[in-house]
Amino acid sequence: MYRYDELDQALVDQRVAEFRDQVRRHLAGELSEEEFRPLRLRNGLYIQRHAPMLRIAIPYGLLSCGQLRTLAAIARRYDRGYGHFTTRQNLQLNWPALADVPDILAELARVQMHAIQTSGNCVRNVTADHMAGIAPDEIDDPRPYCEIIRQWATLHPEFTYLPRKFKIAVTGSPEDRAASEVHDIGLQLRRDADAGIGFTVRVGGGLGRAPVIGQIIREWLPLTQLLGYLEAILRVYNLHGRRDNIHKARIKVLVKALGIERFRAEVEREWQAGRAHAPQLTRAELERVRGFFRPQPYETLADCDAATGREPAFQAWYRYNTRPHRVPGYRAVLVSLKAHGAVPGDMTCAQMEGVADLADRVSFGLVRSTHTQNLLLADVPQRVLYEVWRELAALGLAMPNIGMLTDLIACPGLDFCSLANAGTISVAHQIQQRFDDLDYLYDLGEIEVKMSGCMNACGHHHVGHIGILGVDKHGEEWYQISLGGSANGFTALGEVIGPSVAQHEVAATLERIVETYRELREEGERFIDTVRRLGVTPFRERAYAAHPAAA
Amino acid sequence: MRHILRQRERLADDWRYLGEESAETDPLIVPLAQLRNDPLQWQRRTGRLGVRLGPADAVDELAPLLGRLALIALEFPNPGDGRGYSQARLLRGRLGFRGELRAVGAGVRQDQAFLLARCGFDCLEPPAEMDLEALRLALKRYDVAYQPGTAQLELRRERFSAP
Repeated sequence: MYRYDELDQALVDQRVAEFRDQVRRHLAGELSEEEFRPLRLRNGLYIQRHAPMLRIAIPYGLLSCGQLRTLAAIARRYDRGYGHFTTRQNLQLNWPALADVPDILAELARVQMHAIQTSGNCVRNVTADHMAGIAPDEIDDPRPYCEIIRQWATLHPEFTYLPRKFKIAVTGSPEDRAASEVHDIGLQLRRDADAGIGFTVRVGGGLGRAPVIGQIIREWLPLTQLLGYLEAILRVYNLHGRRDNIHKARIKVLVKALGIERFRAEVEREWQAGRAHAPQLTRAELERVRGFFRPQPYETLADCDAATGREPAFQAWYRYNTRPHRVPGYRAVLVSLKAHGAVPGDMTCAQMEGVADLADRVSFGLVRSTHTQNLLLADVPQRVLYEVWRELAALGLAMPNIGMLTDLIACPGLDFCSLANAGTISVAHQIQQRFDDLDYLYDLGEIEVKMSGCMNACGHHHVGHIGILGVDKHGEEWYQISLGGSANGFTALGEVIGPSVAQHEVAATLERIVETYRELREEGERFIDTVRRLGVTPFRERAYAAHPAAA
Repeated sequence: MRHILRQRERLADDWRYLGEESAETDPLIVPLAQLRNDPLQWQRRTGRLGVRLGPADAVDELAPLLGRLALIALEFPNPGDGRGYSQARLLRGRLGFRGELRAVGAGVRQDQAFLLARCGFDCLEPPAEMDLEALRLALKRYDVAYQPGTAQLELRRERFSAP
């Protein structure tokens, strides 16, 4: 993984000192809450329902074991002994005291971490495919480009006060596990027979209110032109994006208003005209960063049959929670943060430390967070999978449900977030309870459920095979259900099936929907494919059948 | 008397905004709309000429006048409005403006000072009640940056420097 040099470290240390001074001035009454707000947001600090919430950056989801242990130690000392992994691959602490935050940041800086730009109207944490560098279908490893973008975007003097937040994702595989098409900028690595490797650039995607799938602004961008081109897009957005209405301020609204042709022409003009002053990405710098992401020193192993003859529980875990690796004899292991009864994405300190110890022994000391709120041990020899399973099971992290209905994504919802309209955690528990039978889950097969507590769509509900959106109805929590969304490789926005349902009805409604699927599916057909084939109508008819009075 | 921070120095402002001037030779800053209405009248003035732009104004409009302008003031109506940073980069970069570039308004505060200087502002005019010494110290918060920027802050290291 990338290691800070003297410049990287100095910058993070100086940011800690600056933020310490900003907190001091706020606590001393020199900065009002209104003045302090945009400053703290640019360092990942929200004031939530109960306490401040600190969102710590995990660039493109990659963590060393030392970093994970530090996160555990911080959560134990300054919080309540757990953290929450988010859909941007970051970690949130829900209970730190404001006065402690500078010390937390100083501890993070000691292990080359920070909370810079994890919120606020600026370029956010850059995300990537969690299978980067190991996926059999990968064209090129996206992480060196993510790291370069991270650096370029960090405290960018021109783009720290954008009209609205700005999210960039990079994917290196045709199967887009980074959901790049629903980002403000989505970069897809491509290989061209003559020109080598470059990017296809999409712009104007995004979820939230009025979700949009990004459009291609440039089919081919040479690698070394990356920063100049990003800068041109950001400059056009910074100058012309709307600032009069927070709900119309994302770049997607500007792209739509101008039309992709005109927006593209503006960016091209800016790019060409600004070349002499654009930041340079030299071949040497590209190679320097690439050097940090070389393949691990793998052993020469043969693929082995790890599952045959083992108990069924291991076989189920092997089937659902491990993934093929491009190197023979290895597999990638998903660490499920979706145990039934747990809060999706939450992890205790002891679990973090347990996973760190395990990764030190079996996966080159590295751990990844996924945008589906699980962790990944990327490089596990197949011969130790059984032991890994036993250890993860002992930690409560081996729930064999990855990709299944209960591997659901959920934002923290009304229990923590001051923006939320409705709770998500109790609904997640309700779904986990109703779908607690693994054989039934396996029969349903792959179903992505994504739930957000409000329109801001942190839980990506628009792109869930089943999307759940919490809404406030006269002070009560209701839930709108959509079907047919998808974000990997075949991006589609879900269609709302009808009126929202009461909180206690959510899991029962889901059950009627998946029962409809079981009746209508063709041999071997996945849930999402049945929805695509038949549309939402047959599901709508059944979802409300038992409750004609749904409002 | 209005004070400004110019090149990290606290100084009494030698410029006048339109309506404040007392002599034809006073350095004078006029709003873009006035300059646009009658460019020749303003260019014939004996004293030095500056112009003040709002965040929605296009800096390209100044291209034919840059030789006559000794100062360009860009407004920051609040700290969250970041358009002036891009206007400054365009003026200092592609348009090659070498005169004084001044950031003015309620959005000019100590927590913005470093970013403003990196984008090419060599003069900061915050609201009257603001402590200029705090602004001056804030210019020293960082001695490294990833992005190319103007040379005035003399950083130790940059990474993606312009060619």
